[in-house]
Amino acid sequence: MRAIFGDTLVSLGEENHTLMALTADVAKPTGVSKFAEAYPSRFFNVGISEQDMIGIAAGLALSGDIPVVAVFAPFLMRAWEQIRSTIARANLNVKMVGTHAGLSASDEGGSHQSLEDVCLMRVLPNMTVVVPGDRQEIAEATRAIVQMKGPAYMRLGRDESLKFLEGDCVFRLGKAATVADGHDITVFSNGAMTSEVLDAVKATKLSAKVVHVPTVKPLDEEAIVAAARETGLVVCVEEHSVIGGLGGAIAELLSSEYPVPITRVGVKDVFGESGPQRDLLRKHGLVAESIGDVMMNIVGRKAA
Amino acid sequence: MRALQEEMDQRYLVEIQMLKEKIKKIRKSVLEMTASTLPGIHVGASLSCIDIIATLYFMKMRHSPYRPDWSDRDRFILSKGHAAPALYAVLAEAGYFPKEEFGTLKSLNSRLQGHPDLRTPGVDAPSGSLGQGLSIGIGMALAARHRGSKNRIYVLVGDGECDEGQVWEALMTAAHLRLNNLVLIIDRNGWQLDDRTEEVKRKAPLKSKIESFGWQTYVVNGHDPEKILDALDLCELSDGPAAIIANTMKGKGVTFMEGTNKGHKMRFSNEEYLEALAELEEAS
Ligand SMILES: Cc1ncc(C[n+]2csc(CCOP(=O)(O)OP(=O)(O)O)c2C)c(N)n1
Repeated sequence: MRAIFGDTLVSLGEENHTLMALTADVAKPTGVSKFAEAYPSRFFNVGISEQDMIGIAAGLALSGDIPVVAVFAPFLMRAWEQIRSTIARANLNVKMVGTHAGLSASDEGGSHQSLEDVCLMRVLPNMTVVVPGDRQEIAEATRAIVQMKGPAYMRLGRDESLKFLEGDCVFRLGKAATVADGHDITVFSNGAMTSEVLDAVKATKLSAKVVHVPTVKPLDEEAIVAAARETGLVVCVEEHSVIGGLGGAIAELLSSEYPVPITRVGVKDVFGESGPQRDLLRKHGLVAESIGDVMMNIVGRKAA
Repeated sequence: MRALQEEMDQRYLVEIQMLKEKIKKIRKSVLEMTASTLPGIHVGASLSCIDIIATLYFMKMRHSPYRPDWSDRDRFILSKGHAAPALYAVLAEAGYFPKEEFGTLKSLNSRLQGHPDLRTPGVDAPSGSLGQGLSIGIGMALAARHRGSKNRIYVLVGDGECDEGQVWEALMTAAHLRLNNLVLIIDRNGWQLDDRTEEVKRKAPLKSKIESFGWQTYVVNGHDPEKILDALDLCELSDGPAAIIANTMKGKGVTFMEGTNKGHKMRFSNEEYLEALAELEEAS
């Protein structure tokens, strides 16, 4: 699992000897075990102690190293206050990776499904937040957050198995990418959701502009305002609470820069529950069919 | 006098025998769930604590499936929430809900969630994020003391779970508050997710660590209901909080899992299920 992230970390570790990896008893499921095998002296499994782990990462960063921590997204949030008060506040060069995010820890239920992590990380000053969409983008985003300076959070879900972004769509920190062009409506999405959105566009045959926004912070304000201006209608789709994530960020931006009607598709202020992942996505309207219905509705309303 | 003593001894033996039979059924339920639950379950962690949970529910705790919300009931908190199937199997055996519901474990809209959740009849506290149960137990113990209720609070944690700082914060708090109605049980199966507990982060000497925090601490064989019961009895005599380190085996009773971490999370193939079942039937 999470092989792409692990493999990329291994090659980055070869280039950069100050790169360190840490985990909290989830080396295997997060993929950092690969780094552990390659560079045992630069790997620390501190046990089930997420808060301790974040503090240790802060100490490494303050000593000039680049620590990458990888744990399940909901349990990284256990150390949120440590992240806030130490790492973000001092602008420390710590890279945090939350795996099994969104609804992807499907069968484990609400305790393991993190639907608020983007919101919690985005609100912190200095923090960079990325939500890559597929295999290639995970590799590129991993590289990018390690190479930039300052704290960053990367959210990983079930995107690892996907491959839908075209080969020429290269991840650039802070940049959104138009992955389908159209003029009736704009859909902003990130993570694996962009794949569902592209399917929705295909099925509805709407003239829709699809903008993939893998960097939630800093937001590509220029591209987002331009797309909203072009189509006048906006839908945001994400595997996250409708509160405070990508949709929230875009609504905050457009409300002052170019107010247009915005529909936010996501988990509507409820906790997760156990179930097959596909069923959960369907329940929350996060499959191509439901996303298509939402788009048709909005475009239809405009025409009427 | 003598006759009475003999009669009581006899009764105890019968009760223990009945408990062991129940435990066998509960183990069977967990094996069934391991085969029928598509994404798999944390079977190793469940099998290591069944003897403890069953002994609590059938020999120690005052509780009733007919009144799951009885405010003076004893409470049980499964802090190592991933062992939920063990708790569900015990609760169903005790009559809290029908065993037919095992087939719905982890499916959409089921009352049986991947980790303990208050929607399940009999579940006293939610869990799933490790290291939080003992603090919740302190809250319940304080509430009981405040109300003058005689109820007792039992919290089960994993040994890997003891990595969490919150466990040690709570250990200090409970001792400070002299909560003699609170019992912590540690499922000392020697494994956590990535590796053996002592490889990931050393826990030893666990007993003296806990004692040094001000807890009366006992060590027992966590697969011997009589020994567990003896220790639970002793805990009632303590004038502060008491802990039991239960030495257990992850995957207890299934040879291909014992001594490994293969069963941390798995689904049985048909052959594995039959093999595990046969082994259970053979065991006395
Ligand atoms: C706060 C938190 N961090 C990480 C996890 C992921 N996790 C689930 S089980 C487990 C290992 C638990 O080990 P232990 O407490 O020894 O229980 P065992 O499975 O050995 O019975 C981990 C790390 C979690 N559930 N909660």
